[in-house]
Amino acid sequence: MLKMTNLYDVSKCTACRGCQVACKDWNQLPAVIEPFTGNYQTHETTNGDTYTIVKFIEQIDDVKGIQWNFLKFQCMHCFDPECMKVCPTDCIKQTEWGAVIKDYDKCIGCHYCTYACPFEIPQYRKRQDITTKCTLCYERVEEGLTPACARTCPTGALQFGEREELLIQARERVKFLKANGFPNATIYGEKELGGLNKLYVLTDTPDKFDLPVDPKVSGNIGFWQNWVQPYFGWLIPVTLGASALSFVTSRLLANKAPAHTEGGHE
Amino acid sequence: MGSNAAENHPISFKWLTEARDKRGAKIISVDPRFTRTSARADIYAPLRSGTDIAFMGGMFKYILDNKLYHEEYVKWYTNATFIVKDSFDFDDGLFSGYDPQKRAYDQSKWAYETNEDGSYKKDMTMEDPRCVLQLLKKHYERYDIDTVCKITGTPKNKYLEVVKAYAATGAPDKVGTIMYAMGTTQHTVGTENVRAFAMLQLLLGNIGRAGGGVNALRGESNVQGSTDWALLYHILPGYLETPEAKKHSNYQAYVDALTPKTGYWQNKPKFLSSLLKAYWMADDPVKSYDYLPKRIDGKHYEHIALFEAMYNKEIEGLIIWGSNPIVGGPDANKEQAALYNLKWMVAIDLWQTETSEFWTYKAVDRPTDKDVYGIKKPEEIDTEVFFLPACNSYEKAGSVSNSGRWMQYRWQACDPVGESRADLQIVNDLMLRIKKLYEGSSKPQDEPITKLTWDYGHGDHPDLNIIAREINGFEIVDGKPGKLVANFTKLKDDGTTASGNWIYSGCYPEDNGKDEDYLARRRDNKDAAYPGTKPIGSYLNWSWCWPVNRRIIYNRCSATPEGQPWVPDLTSIFWNGEKWVGNDVPDFGGTKDPNGPGGRDAFIMRPEEVGCIFSKRNEGPFPEHYEPWESPVKNLLNSQELNPAVVIWEPDKKADPEEYPIIGTTYRVSEHWQSGVMTRMQPWLAELVPNVFVEMSEELAREKDIKNGNDVIISTTRGDIKAIACVTKRFKPFNINGKSYHEIGVLWHFGFNGFANGDPANRLTPHIGDANTMIPEYKAWLCDIRRA
Repeated sequence: MLKMTNLYDVSKCTACRGCQVACKDWNQLPAVIEPFTGNYQTHETTNGDTYTIVKFIEQIDDVKGIQWNFLKFQCMHCFDPECMKVCPTDCIKQTEWGAVIKDYDKCIGCHYCTYACPFEIPQYRKRQDITTKCTLCYERVEEGLTPACARTCPTGALQFGEREELLIQARERVKFLKANGFPNATIYGEKELGGLNKLYVLTDTPDKFDLPVDPKVSGNIGFWQNWVQPYFGWLIPVTLGASALSFVTSRLLANKAPAHTEGGHE
Repeated sequence: MGSNAAENHPISFKWLTEARDKRGAKIISVDPRFTRTSARADIYAPLRSGTDIAFMGGMFKYILDNKLYHEEYVKWYTNATFIVKDSFDFDDGLFSGYDPQKRAYDQSKWAYETNEDGSYKKDMTMEDPRCVLQLLKKHYERYDIDTVCKITGTPKNKYLEVVKAYAATGAPDKVGTIMYAMGTTQHTVGTENVRAFAMLQLLLGNIGRAGGGVNALRGESNVQGSTDWALLYHILPGYLETPEAKKHSNYQAYVDALTPKTGYWQNKPKFLSSLLKAYWMADDPVKSYDYLPKRIDGKHYEHIALFEAMYNKEIEGLIIWGSNPIVGGPDANKEQAALYNLKWMVAIDLWQTETSEFWTYKAVDRPTDKDVYGIKKPEEIDTEVFFLPACNSYEKAGSVSNSGRWMQYRWQACDPVGESRADLQIVNDLMLRIKKLYEGSSKPQDEPITKLTWDYGHGDHPDLNIIAREINGFEIVDGKPGKLVANFTKLKDDGTTASGNWIYSGCYPEDNGKDEDYLARRRDNKDAAYPGTKPIGSYLNWSWCWPVNRRIIYNRCSATPEGQPWVPDLTSIFWNGEKWVGNDVPDFGGTKDPNGPGGRDAFIMRPEEVGCIFSKRNEGPFPEHYEPWESPVKNLLNSQELNPAVVIWEPDKKADPEEYPIIGTTYRVSEHWQSGVMTRMQPWLAELVPNVFVEMSEELAREKDIKNGNDVIISTTRGDIKAIACVTKRFKPFNINGKSYHEIGVLWHFGFNGFANGDPANRLTPHIGDANTMIPEYKAWLCDIRRA
């Protein structure tokens, strides 16, 4: 099946953060009001009730002087999602068209996905004891709608469509930007980690947008994938022992308790 | 310039980026600090708040010296050729005719020379030293780039980059647009700032053409509508002046004094008469004119003046409708204290606002002991306050006019919450009750109410179609509404027609019983092009635009003097040999030959019938740089520090730059709206910008030992506020005439209510305004800052 994805063109983004609000609206997430700390950015990174944020990054460019870079940041929906591999309860699935989604009923809030994620995206939601993240609005997409963020974007910085088509568009855009004052313009997400199902057109190198230039999967994950999981049977009694098992089971039990709500201002 | 469109008018900004991508447009951002607009602009140049005229004056000089203006356009479509009388002069910041006692000019000194037949004397070569173009050259001779940059603090290379890029639009095949907002207007020279933009656009031939113009980005979605509808003290609907008691004591005196002999405003009596018939249908306009409330001659009634009057106990009651002055008004501490003197106040809004709760304990808190105006506790306040909950725009139907003058109808989306009601319901109910109160009275002084025509249906909500038809206008038959008029050209001054607002006449030209008879409801999004031309974005069948569905006013200028398009792919209107045709409704006699008499008089609303580079404003015919009321530096261009024509309300509140050395300004962010009443109550928006913050340079922060995120106290002669420091590379100190000066910027959306709250920045701003409009000088004042 064709991959469906978002293309986010930073050269058109004015950081109005309509996407951030549309995301909260569609997902009915409560506001997480943190005091202003000196940057327009609302939170340092995503949190349990905030799937997407816009980063504000001030840079001094040797040639151009002051630059203010904006970046919409959320789950990248990797083609080869590490979070899915490490999840002990198999609650993470990948749709045929590329959305990486979580079944919150199965999530035990163990944070393994957060540690495994090269972008540290999934975040803990205490009131339900789960980790959450962007869903690429799969329930909207499967009904033929576009994700809430792309639908609300007033400047056309966010688009949604078939990945291959958006890639062609992104390449054109990068060519245009390179010829129009942005020699370092680049696509992000095409090849990183074997491909991300979120595409970015950047006006400068990824590090200028607080993105890892060459994102890597943590070494521990390799150990987990290649050794722990295949030899689960013999490794468990040797290395983790009963304590790890009891940790997991206690978490499972905790999850059965009725969800209580706290925080939020709805 | 003067606008941060990407943040505050984000939808407008989308079209700029599109113009850049599709047409190779360049975006220039001129702003004291680097904004989200600057981040998306091709060129960014900083300027110190309050120095726009110096900035523009330097552009005039550069354009004139290098002859970069659009010569044909300037010659035919502006008053550059007009000869000015010898009595006009300029010396050291003052034009001729100044009376320092009155702080006003005798403007008759600035008249044009006329021929014996009364027509204007012109020099079509524009070489006569008394012609407007030469006077302009002479006036801006002093505005050389070095002097300008010493005043504005703009780096010279950046200034030149802006000037060269923008001056290039003077080529006949190029167009440039200026988008401005409150950064331009909210100064003691606000009107002249806008005038300077208009002059620049006239010089470069950018008015009346697709992609050109001086575009006011309004402070609210319906500011255009509210101005058209006279939500101001000095006009009646359709920009007819409000009468003054002595000067315009009767209908004839008004007509004689205010009807020009040339230009389209010659028709003013028809519009006035029709308006009076809409108000009082049974009376002859000559009589019903007497019912109109009159201003006391020469008295001020602007926002600042009203609050000064309340402060001085001249006003005892107030209806405050969708307005929150103790957050949004200048010198908010004083405006809060002014409310204590009211006997009663009615507040109408979506939520309890800071103003409707000015009498509560929450309104007393201040970060320091400084109390300039005597803030009172609830038990010391006697004002009786009534609150009426109002609908928001989704809960009611009606039209909104955008800054392109499109009258767009909005359908109601959902039912109102609780007991909230539409504004129309409230005003209708109020008027019906007032009429009932006066029922049966035979006193002559009650006639304005007893004789008022007020009949908008019998439902709880007045009938919008009846209102729209009254706006459009109709013939009066047997004292009742008859056939609708096609547009304002059918209005008469003999009392046989009525129209609620002549400029909107034509919005409901026929009643066929259909929804779309009200043209504001049209939604045809095809941009059809006239045969042989390309579409220019007119969308003539989408909603309706005043006047007469004309999308670009002064569009005669879109064609050469001979009537052909300047640029073929931007054809607005052109002369086909018999008539004017094209992609817009001509703003010109439809069959007037461009080569015949008056065939090039492109500005029909002006008595001169051309665009005015030289034009009378209260402080002079050419914009001259004056420093803001509070400024840390001396005026480098003349010895007048302040605009000589402004009213000074509080001389004792002028800051001493020794004590308050830092320039302060206020602004908004995308995430909040106006005084924050609608947004600070929304958790998701409160999350985006939860606190009031103040932006400052790293240099200032170092000097004051302030760290990013620290609480700070900002103080002026009028009060103190607490805010969080946002120390940023995007704000830089200004180098003014060799010395470094700091500027800071505070968000003004905040108040004590809502999920996002904080001190109102307007507790810092001064009670002083522009010399023509009295718009407050929110954008440039003096303060000091320290760690809390």
